[in-house]
Amino acid sequence: MADERILILGIGNILWADEGFGVRVIEELQARYELPEHVTALDGGTQGLYLLPYLEEADAVIIVDAIDYGLPPATLKQLRDDEVPAVLGARKVSLHQTGFQEVLALLQLRGCAPSRLRLVGVQPERLDDYGGGLTPAIAAQVGPALAVVLGLLADEFSVTVTPRRSVEGFTPPAISREAYETGRPAAEDACRIGDARVLAGWR
Amino acid sequence: MTIQTPNGFSLDTSGKRIVVDPVTRIEGHMRCEVNVDSNNVIRNAVSTGTMWRGLEVILKGRDPRDAWAFVERICGVCTGCHALTSVRAVEDALDIRIPNNAFLIREIMAKVLQWHDHVVHFYHLHALDWVNPVNALKADPKATSQLQQMVGPDHPNSSPGYFRDVQNRLKKFVESGQLGIFKNGYWDNPAYKLPPEADLMAVTHYLEALDFQKEIVKVHTIFGGKNPHPNYMVGGVPCAINMDGNMAAGAPLNMERLNFVKLKLQEAFAFSKNVYVPDVIAIASFYKGWLYGGGLSGLNVMDYGDYEAVQGRKETDRLPGGVILNGKWDEVHPIDPRDPEQVQEFVTHSWYSYGDGNADKGLHPWDGVTQPKYELGPNAKGTRTDIREIDESAKYSWIKAPRWKGNAVEVGPLARYILAYAHGVDYVKGQVDDSLGRFNALAGTSLTPQQALPTTIGRTLARALEAHYCAQMMLDDFDHLIANIKAGDSSTANVEKWDPATWPKEAKGVGTVAAPRGGLGHWIKIKDGRIENYQCVVPTTWNGGPRDPKGNIGAFEASLMNTPMERPEEPVEILRTLHSFDPCLACSTHVIAPDGAEMARVTVR
Repeated sequence: MADERILILGIGNILWADEGFGVRVIEELQARYELPEHVTALDGGTQGLYLLPYLEEADAVIIVDAIDYGLPPATLKQLRDDEVPAVLGARKVSLHQTGFQEVLALLQLRGCAPSRLRLVGVQPERLDDYGGGLTPAIAAQVGPALAVVLGLLADEFSVTVTPRRSVEGFTPPAISREAYETGRPAAEDACRIGDARVLAGWR
Repeated sequence: MTIQTPNGFSLDTSGKRIVVDPVTRIEGHMRCEVNVDSNNVIRNAVSTGTMWRGLEVILKGRDPRDAWAFVERICGVCTGCHALTSVRAVEDALDIRIPNNAFLIREIMAKVLQWHDHVVHFYHLHALDWVNPVNALKADPKATSQLQQMVGPDHPNSSPGYFRDVQNRLKKFVESGQLGIFKNGYWDNPAYKLPPEADLMAVTHYLEALDFQKEIVKVHTIFGGKNPHPNYMVGGVPCAINMDGNMAAGAPLNMERLNFVKLKLQEAFAFSKNVYVPDVIAIASFYKGWLYGGGLSGLNVMDYGDYEAVQGRKETDRLPGGVILNGKWDEVHPIDPRDPEQVQEFVTHSWYSYGDGNADKGLHPWDGVTQPKYELGPNAKGTRTDIREIDESAKYSWIKAPRWKGNAVEVGPLARYILAYAHGVDYVKGQVDDSLGRFNALAGTSLTPQQALPTTIGRTLARALEAHYCAQMMLDDFDHLIANIKAGDSSTANVEKWDPATWPKEAKGVGTVAAPRGGLGHWIKIKDGRIENYQCVVPTTWNGGPRDPKGNIGAFEASLMNTPMERPEEPVEILRTLHSFDPCLACSTHVIAPDGAEMARVTVR
């Protein structure tokens, strides 16, 4: 379809280690490439319903996220269309637990669901590291995941991207991956443990 | 066994124990346990925050000017109000006064957030505690149209054909098996009281609310540069004003954009006036006999106050702060977030430690410590990773217990409205009296504000009224902004103290905001240009926190007391009252396995 509107959406919480993967892939994409007018890249963070306007305007959505598929850590996994909502179902990405599945259901109820849905996921290695960045193995997959996204854009949507000429970023400099990870306080200053249910195993 | 709490509640743990974990349709993780007596009336309530939130500690050593960007990532809801609180705290510490345009733009952004959050909360998270979407399929569209014209006569979408159309869409959706949003309900529970027509009207507005909520956030994109995650800035706002500028991407704020903002603000005003407030009054009138859930709100309420009419003059707050104790609405105590004796956090029953010998000590946030200590009480059932029953006599929550001069208080829109009513704020008095008049007329009752407000319904009504008040105030702010710009002032940032070389060696500050869920405070200590200590005391900490060393229970626990349940295994009443606080136990994080679906799990023992 000519000029199908495409949304590339990174979701996750950058404050919890590999959870930030989707957001970091978007950061990399925005830093390195310029996109045609009809393609939007969006750092969705942990927002749910707030993303509805962007999703409603899109004919196709490519989601980048950390997903648990029981695979070896750092494995990339691609899903399409109906496979996507099931995985995103109970994930608490979002506004007051309006899980992403519910957001997709709402799109359907309103008759504006995207006609094509793709997900590029990575199996995370570590989540319960509050204030931490991507683990090395997952960080090494940012580039390959971006390549998968670009491949999808080219093969399925006939979109080609061009290298960015201006260096202006989109992510506020303070929480760009480099600043965030290098500025981290020491473990003795800042407790790094995670969820209570994980905590017991950690101690 | 019965325990009498100092704040006047009688806790009886002898009856059947009901565990709800997780509590759904909230942000983050929460668990709730109650004991019910032989008549299924709640006689003990335990609220547990099940997630560690250590935002404070990851800010140590960072640049104070960057803190807003981190706090904006705490969760998916309060992004803007945390960012605003953070820049206010830093500006307070460094004694930075922002330009009037920046003040007004921030005010508009804060109220847009408030309006948006309240609308989303009511229609998308709370309505299903009162409204039965499956029942809406039985409604007569013509009667629905009549109901609409009676309760909201100024709303244009009111024809029988319109409601028939929505009903058909809903029917198709339900029949396709994609109940999705509506699937985790107890739709045959007698706790649902609306006639099908009211259900259909509410579901219709649920869909309309989606349209409005996506339009209003465009204001954040314009003022904040981007959305989600708009940009904030210590010293002002990161958007330049140039009234002659064109609309090219990245262009500064110009007249065309400001006109667009005004249009969105007017649409919001019309929606809360003609739809949101009338819906709450109409729905409430069908629940006139259900006046439970007041809890602490009938006794102690608190807010820091916000929305200065005149910049820099706290006494002009349009929602004034203070503390009311023991239900005495004729006496409002002033609150000072800097006073080390007023706001303090206790961890006697929280999974934190203040060090040896300090178990029952209260710490002011400037001296706050966030050191986890996870241990279950001797009577807890289950294991550390799979708790079956909490022991509330020991540590039992990841939330601290904040107190005002040792008193447990409720915060939130209801607290602000009780305070504003007590302060005699004309607009608020008018709203409360008018809506109560409409409620009494529909319900055939004669409730006073003192009877009607401190209830679950009152909490929900106060939120709707506050949304509309915010719509009114942001239109006023907008007019002031335009007048200011027309008078030749285009300044939006004060960068005199941007350079850390201009800062004192040590400084401390506090920022407060009337956040959607209640009074929000950030306390910061700066040393050598870096963050030395940072503490957030968030509304859900006040409301959802555990007991204190003296045994006072907090707002969530108090609100559930003495509520009868229709069916203990279906916690409609618990969810209804907890949702009326709009709980936010921020930091939603888990990645989910392929089989994913999750609903409130209920265990009866």
